[in-house]
Amino acid sequence: MLLRAAWRRAAVAVTAAPGPKPAAPTRGLRLRVGDRAPQSAVPADTAAAPEVGPVLRPLYMDVQATTPLDPRVLDAMLPYLINYYGNPHSRTHAYGWESEAAMERARQQVASLIGADPREIIFTSGATESNNIAIKGQGLTLLLRLECSGAILPCHSFNLLGSSNPPTPASPVTSTTGVGAIYIRRRPRVRVEALQSGGGQERGMRSGTVPTPLVVGLGAACEVAQQEMEYDHKRISKLSERLIQNIMKSLPDVVMNGDPKHHYPGCINLSFAYVEGESLLMALKDVALSSGSACTSASLEPSYVLRAIGTDEDLAHSSIRFGIGRFTTEEEVDYTVEKCIQHVKRLREMSPLWEMVQDGIDLKSIKWTQH
Amino acid sequence: MAASSRAQVLSLYRAMLRESKRFSAYNYRRIRDAFRENKNVKDPVEIQTLVNKAKRDLGVIRRQVHIGQLYSTDKLIIENRDMPRT
Repeated sequence: MLLRAAWRRAAVAVTAAPGPKPAAPTRGLRLRVGDRAPQSAVPADTAAAPEVGPVLRPLYMDVQATTPLDPRVLDAMLPYLINYYGNPHSRTHAYGWESEAAMERARQQVASLIGADPREIIFTSGATESNNIAIKGQGLTLLLRLECSGAILPCHSFNLLGSSNPPTPASPVTSTTGVGAIYIRRRPRVRVEALQSGGGQERGMRSGTVPTPLVVGLGAACEVAQQEMEYDHKRISKLSERLIQNIMKSLPDVVMNGDPKHHYPGCINLSFAYVEGESLLMALKDVALSSGSACTSASLEPSYVLRAIGTDEDLAHSSIRFGIGRFTTEEEVDYTVEKCIQHVKRLREMSPLWEMVQDGIDLKSIKWTQH
Repeated sequence: MAASSRAQVLSLYRAMLRESKRFSAYNYRRIRDAFRENKNVKDPVEIQTLVNKAKRDLGVIRRQVHIGQLYSTDKLIIENRDMPRT
């Protein structure tokens, strides 16, 4: 009661006079437009303070890593972060009941997206946990190469469980990270053992308090995805075509990885021959991109996915993944294409391999000396 | 309850477009396309359902525009550029 009143007072105060904004995280995010201030050994108080131009954020083209939260999803989640904060497993009071109702509604929304029964949906902490349950819970030790995609429901889990119920095509489900779901078919029954023991929540399949705000968000995201699937698919396919065509018509020796037929249009993986992938990523500092999947971006290992599909070793390092999502605009795609073409050309000019290729030398015939 | 008239629908459409201008580019386009897609719907019950949904969405937009402004951050690199039209 006191908390609610305090919140209302705070809300009024905020609308009256927007105070100082929360401090933006500074590490690595801010781009400086205009001249970079030269690093000076002279102490700051004796040198004139350098003029810093307006700071601008890079474009976000890494939707396979994570997606911006759809406002409709945030709107659905907020009440459960503000006033409806009950534990859905509290059986004895209204706070628990309303949270439980929200959780079950979310379960229905997830089930509806994939054409399943709500009893077949178990909430987890994300795609990784779901994959673990799917594989280890059945006593399997398959060494599958899977791309992590926290933003998309773990469709590979559905396939592993031998579901004859084909999931809907992977659509952009823009919810938060930290929550996921797994579909465990009931008829015919798939036997899966629980990995996490505790209070027996989620039909004993996954103990632990279900995070109401997060699952509400997941449910809302699934509902929005179901609603927007056709529209998003059309738009994203168009933008995808535009990106690929414009890059390929301006640059030679670009390979698109992945099956052109069974390919999610919003995820474009291109290899630029004779260009080192990390240099291209660093050069494209105004666009947030990645090479391969986010979980290996800290190391310089080429994507194991590319290796697994048999791409040449010398191309493996130069692959860049472009992600187009619901909120990506045509301007962002055009800017990315322009910068990509510009920097690939520049890096190729500096590349001795490129020079040799231009001179007609077959790179495979070169005998590299040991040193 | 009388079904929404053409005037009411148009007024709702204008209100949504106005609110969404303060939002992302996505919203403006999405609202316009959604209204266009449904412009030939004749069934009054269906019209009312769509109008009710639009009213709910208008509420979402208003709240989220407000929150977005409270937590606003720097512009995107593309929003400051003088893009020469090719």
